[in-house]
Amino acid sequence: MKRKLLTVITEQALERQLVQCIKAAGAHGYTITEARGEGERGVRNADFDQGANIRVEVICEASVAQQISRELHRRYFRDFAMVLYLSDVEVLRPEKF
Amino acid sequence: MQLDPVILFFLLGFGAGLLKAEMRLPSAVYELLTVVLLLSIGLKGGMELAETDWVRLLPQLGGVALMGVVLGLLAFALLRLSRKLPRSDAAAIAAHYGSVSVGTYAVAVAFLDTVGVPYEAYSAAFVVVLEVPAILLGIILVRGLRPDNGWNEVMREVFLGKGVVLLLGGLLIGLIVGAEGVEPLEPLFIDAFKGFLALFLLEMGLVAASQSGTIRRHGIFLLGFALVFPLLGAIVGGLTAWLLSMSLGGAVLLATLGASASYIAAPAAMRLSVPEANPGLSLTAALAITFPFNVLVGVPLYYGVLNALYPATGG
Repeated sequence: MKRKLLTVITEQALERQLVQCIKAAGAHGYTITEARGEGERGVRNADFDQGANIRVEVICEASVAQQISRELHRRYFRDFAMVLYLSDVEVLRPEKF
Repeated sequence: MQLDPVILFFLLGFGAGLLKAEMRLPSAVYELLTVVLLLSIGLKGGMELAETDWVRLLPQLGGVALMGVVLGLLAFALLRLSRKLPRSDAAAIAAHYGSVSVGTYAVAVAFLDTVGVPYEAYSAAFVVVLEVPAILLGIILVRGLRPDNGWNEVMREVFLGKGVVLLLGGLLIGLIVGAEGVEPLEPLFIDAFKGFLALFLLEMGLVAASQSGTIRRHGIFLLGFALVFPLLGAIVGGLTAWLLSMSLGGAVLLATLGASASYIAAPAAMRLSVPEANPGLSLTAALAITFPFNVLVGVPLYYGVLNALYPATGG
């Protein structure tokens, strides 16, 4: 069964807000990992609280993924370091997502 | 004047960072060091509060909170008068400089221990009080009285940051159990304080070095501000201590607090409440310039000047 995998790489400071947004959109779960890397906004090497990044992954239905993307785009793209992408995934238990 | 060994750890970290040496403390270790330092400072202050009539301190706490607002306004006024920065950046930097750095405070405490000058350990309570007002001021200067993310979110960010929670927690624990109760914990929190501080400064040296590459990008103005404002802040702190009739040691601590800039509480709060402000500006200024300046030059300087000028009758 097809579902969308939404991946967001962004500043750790946003974690709480992000989780709220994901839940409000109706996603059933999410996974957060710590991340580091480099991009347009410089090196984010996680050697310090304010430089830390997180990677948030959500597997959900396409409509939910669209809604979360729109919301994050509207609220955070302008001022925060944020990368967001969608991919298609096969899941074995669609009722879970 | 003898060189405090903890300062050499800072220089070691800074040098290693500049040379891009293969060295990095895991972030969990840095977290732990911060937690231990905050609790140590809190416990020490709490133990002292247990012996004093702390109701007497309430006016002092009020005076110190006012000092935080004055520092924030002073920084904002200077930055705006220069016409170099937009309002949001000026307010964010003002919030950092009106708020305080516990790491710098810890260095001043270690310095006073080394030179053998007594001080009011309950000044830890001042650290708590100083963390908050300038951050609120910074938000109000940009957003007025209605922040986008709502006051609930702002208050949560400001009052439930680890700085306030652990310092206040340590103070309360120290106050409740007193010196006797803290005794079994002393090997970790009191005796090992300098060891933890040395490790903390090693890491801070690495962080400051990794941030220092951005100084050039932000230009000479920011560099100047981050070096000059600590001196003004130290004067405000010293005067506040004098008005509150604190001892010489207490005056050095308040001057150091006035001179220091927050790099934990303020960045987190400002990032969420004033996201359009460039976090690189304030963090570079606070971490890469003002923190090293205070650790290496500021603390001994404030002590030297106050030692010569401060009325012996204080306290």
